[in-house]
Amino acid sequence: MNLDHLIPILVSTVIAATPLIYAALGELVTERAGVLNLGVEGMMLVGAVAAFAAGIATGSLSIAFVAGMLAATALSLLFAFLTLSLQTNQVATGLALTLFGVGLSAFVGRDYAGMPIERVPKIDIAGLSDLPVIGPLLLNYDLPVYLSIALYFAVQHFLTRTHTGLRLRACGESPTVAHAIGAPVIAIRYRAVMFGGAMAGIAGAYLSTALTPMWVEGLSAGRGWIALALVVFATWKPLRVLLGAYLFGGVTVMQLYAQGFGVEVPSEFLSMLPYAATIIVLVIICRDPKTILLNQPASLGKSFHPDA
Amino acid sequence: MTLETPQPPPRLRLRGITKRYPGVIANEAVDLDVGVGEIHALLGENGAGKSTLMKIVYGVTRPDGGHIEWEGSRVSIASPAEARRLGIGMVFQHFALFETLTVAENIALAMDDPPKPSALAARIREVSEKYGLPVDPDRLTHSMSVGERQRVEIVRCLLQSPRLLIMDEPTSVLTPQAVLTLFETLRRLAAEGMSILYISHKLDEIRTLCDRATVLRGGRRSGSAIPREESNESLARLMIGGELQACQLTPRTPGEVELELTHLSLPTRDPFGTALDDLNLRVRRAEIVGIAGVSGNGQKELLAALSGETPSPHSGMVRIGGQSAGLLDPAQRRALGFGFVPEERLGRGAVPAMSLAQNALLTGARAGMVRGGLIRQSRMAEFAQQTIAAFKVKCSGDAALAGSLSGGNLQKFIVGRETRLNPKVLVVAQPTWGVDVGAAQLIRQALIDLRDQGVALLVISEELDELFMICDRIAVIAQGRLSPPMATGTLTVEQVGVLMAGSAHAPEAADVAA
Amino acid sequence: MSQPDSLLRRLWPFRLERRATPSAAMRLASPLIAGVAMALTGLIVFLILGQDPLVAFRVFFIAPFGGSYEIGELLLKATPLMLCALGLAIGFKANVWNIGAEGQLIVGAIAGSAVALFGSESLGALTVPLMMLAGAIGGMAWAAIPAFLRTRFHTNEILVSLMLVYIAQQLLGYLVHGPWKDPAGYNFPQSRAFAEAAILPALVEGTRVTGALIMALVLAVLAWLFTAKTHAGYRMQVAGLAPAAARYAGFSDTRNIWLALLVGGGMAGLAGISEVAGPIGLLQAVISPGYGFAAIIVAFVGRLHPFGIVLASLLMSLLYLGGEAAQVELQLPSSITGLFQGSLLFYLLAADLFIGFRLRRIVRAVAP
Repeated sequence: MNLDHLIPILVSTVIAATPLIYAALGELVTERAGVLNLGVEGMMLVGAVAAFAAGIATGSLSIAFVAGMLAATALSLLFAFLTLSLQTNQVATGLALTLFGVGLSAFVGRDYAGMPIERVPKIDIAGLSDLPVIGPLLLNYDLPVYLSIALYFAVQHFLTRTHTGLRLRACGESPTVAHAIGAPVIAIRYRAVMFGGAMAGIAGAYLSTALTPMWVEGLSAGRGWIALALVVFATWKPLRVLLGAYLFGGVTVMQLYAQGFGVEVPSEFLSMLPYAATIIVLVIICRDPKTILLNQPASLGKSFHPDA
Repeated sequence: MTLETPQPPPRLRLRGITKRYPGVIANEAVDLDVGVGEIHALLGENGAGKSTLMKIVYGVTRPDGGHIEWEGSRVSIASPAEARRLGIGMVFQHFALFETLTVAENIALAMDDPPKPSALAARIREVSEKYGLPVDPDRLTHSMSVGERQRVEIVRCLLQSPRLLIMDEPTSVLTPQAVLTLFETLRRLAAEGMSILYISHKLDEIRTLCDRATVLRGGRRSGSAIPREESNESLARLMIGGELQACQLTPRTPGEVELELTHLSLPTRDPFGTALDDLNLRVRRAEIVGIAGVSGNGQKELLAALSGETPSPHSGMVRIGGQSAGLLDPAQRRALGFGFVPEERLGRGAVPAMSLAQNALLTGARAGMVRGGLIRQSRMAEFAQQTIAAFKVKCSGDAALAGSLSGGNLQKFIVGRETRLNPKVLVVAQPTWGVDVGAAQLIRQALIDLRDQGVALLVISEELDELFMICDRIAVIAQGRLSPPMATGTLTVEQVGVLMAGSAHAPEAADVAA
Repeated sequence: MSQPDSLLRRLWPFRLERRATPSAAMRLASPLIAGVAMALTGLIVFLILGQDPLVAFRVFFIAPFGGSYEIGELLLKATPLMLCALGLAIGFKANVWNIGAEGQLIVGAIAGSAVALFGSESLGALTVPLMMLAGAIGGMAWAAIPAFLRTRFHTNEILVSLMLVYIAQQLLGYLVHGPWKDPAGYNFPQSRAFAEAAILPALVEGTRVTGALIMALVLAVLAWLFTAKTHAGYRMQVAGLAPAAARYAGFSDTRNIWLALLVGGGMAGLAGISEVAGPIGLLQAVISPGYGFAAIIVAFVGRLHPFGIVLASLLMSLLYLGGEAAQVELQLPSSITGLFQGSLLFYLLAADLFIGFRLRRIVRAVAP
């Protein structure tokens, strides 16, 4: 395999990984605050359809992304209200959010299926993308790809270097203690959930306006769930989310290129790859319970009521 | 300074504070005054409402009635952050520290506007030197002993220059020797004008340390006193509303060994847990052996190894009734005549959302409540009813949910259930923790009666007084190691204290989960 | 930092107060409240879509009770939901979150279809029972994967069971596009039609209801007996309500997880084979409109109680039929069903809160 083959594969890998990075980093922040939101898939789909609809209506891709973000944030706010203010079970509510999001996006998107949309353009920085190898490999992406890397640095900095980030982690480790030392646990968790929603919305918007770009029912095809698995795989560390996302992007892309290289496997088996890879990766990470115990926010998924 | 004025308003004044929880009145019309530079004791038994009252003052919990005055003006304290702004600091009974953070990070966490890390570290060093509370700002908390953690908590409070310091049972996790050091620090702070509200149920401590005392009983203020002028007996009367009853422990000749630990070593799976290191112990029929120790020194791990919740590396390390049981699961150990009352009543010893009858079945499957895999409802209810009657459990009947019972009544039910399943060996953790005096008395007597019937008992407790009251022999667990048990009559509290502190060369005394 | 806190307080000046004992009345009332709230939401959605809400309401919620054929359809669609939800509920009660019933349903259908496609000539009257058996085993085998991975490698069963849904869908796609495709089927992605002996006969003339309904109802009774009367059922409930108490009592976690997933997978497998051997009659690329996922909602709306699930599956079936009717008669998208299903579960979760809590307006106890 020579460079000419390799570069498009690597480029596709980066693009395929981008929505996973957004969704998984968002969920990582949510989970570090102690909230398990299983609704990523639903939020992503709603974000995707909202972005697509806004893009068609206004012709503006920035508005499309904002719309996707707002729609998914609204959904996450619903989740936050139920789990944080009404103390519902986080697992059940997250499942409900996904089921609801799947239904809502299919319903809203009924008229958009099959419509064309202008793809998010690549940025050409002062003609640098024409440079050999480096140009196509590193400098030939759309803006959200670069921003996803920036997001990683921002999340990493926020969680380890800022006071608010420290307090957010405290809420995930022990909300009772965090409350006792004066952190507004519920308010922090609200914001963490909404951040997760906003990022899932961007991930969805990227799917429908850049990766695919179009709308079909169930567009995300389990990527929301893979993002959840990525957070576990990353043992709740941002850098490993980034690496994991590229790994999964690579697996997704492999199925597209495998047949081009004459691999004689039915396409269905190739399509199974990302899902099978998710399971395998989970097994590898979870097989030693200490890994999870040490890294998982200690109060993940547990309700907290300040006055009880 | 207000010190000069003839009639200064007290630093803190509580009037008519009331707090109700469903089915429980935690505080009812409580009045309390703390003066400037005063060390004021809030005295009461476990469950008398002390902690709730302090949480109200610190803004963790909101009262249902009454009001608070701070330095003469009425205030509403809606959150711990507001309490701190007023100048109130609190050191928690279970430390509010995060294992995975450094000392400085833990301290920064509680500040609304923390300074730069380097400046903060300097201030931490400054305060810790000034008050003789050595802490290293860069150390990770999980490697610190309980005493060191408490120092961190105190330094954290002092950094905010509070005018009132609340200490919730600060000595419950300290060895007797470490208590003396703490008292010195507190006296020094009070001399500088700081007010200290000191919560405890230990009478000796309060008589040595405190200027005045307010006594709570059943959520109400039952009186106040100048502790130095009182005796333990007179304070106890205020606290429990009656005389302390001693238990009848008539000497008995112990029989054969029923529970035996031989070179039990167990690495911990919990990264913040304590590994057990070569434990040896024999408990014979008709004796009660007590295990003392500061919490977090391996008690949790030892109990799990005894009950079978954690299997041992070799089957011979734990023997029950002469049989190797180290690899058996809890149900199999029960079949050998093992009974166990765990420390956590709700969620471990009993299922809160199930009725008492259903909770009888939790460990009672062998007592005829299951036949052919099917549950026999009538047997279950009957067993529960008999337990309720025999142990005077206050409840609406065998259909009452376990979660609706008070701590003492649920503990009576659990002790009753385990006792009535006719164990040969009974292990009890914290038998009377958070239980009112009447129930504690009944539970202790039940354990002694069991001993007199020839059962081998092992009691693990953090209350030294209790162990001295009911045990034939006492061993001490420290840093996952167990001292050889000694006859209670030959031991002094000071000796036990030295053992509790463990070896001076291994300072990490393990974790207290916050 | 306290600013958002007080903002929250102003927007939501209530606080929750735990009831001394959970309200039994609310436990039963909550699904009804959720149902009514969902119906009201439906009216609003119809209004937004420019429909006469009352006409749409009648088409969606009333017409499916129109006649014996319609009621038959209601029961027909309720059957797979009931089967899946009964199995899932047993797991949910034990805190085992199998959300991959859809995949187990598909693999059950595949396994049963193998019997129908390759054995129906030689098996005669045994064909249908063996198909059912194969369906249950197929579903169990698929559910055994998350069970094994959770008990052996501590892998989260939510994610694994869900990933296996996608894998099962691809597997089904491969079979009907490839080796099992009907050679005389004009290249449609479907198998040969099953032989007469491999088809579940209609229970009542003029409807499509099959014996699978009877099987589902019998299993509902068995599921109730299991949870209410057996020690194994009790042990699983303890594991769900208080995991530490289950460990203290010595109830094996491993056994509970296996049991929960095998029962859930087996029932979902039965649902799958009942569909292909019943109304569908052959294996095709899509055999379920998300019954396995909707069953999660059915299980919750049915209070995880077998008899509640029987009723809840009828309600959910009504939503499917209503969606189809709305599509045909009002040209509304059938995906409106998914919208209603999701909101029903939301309303239920919100209403459930009041089983354990009551809402109290915050009054400042300490006047400033």
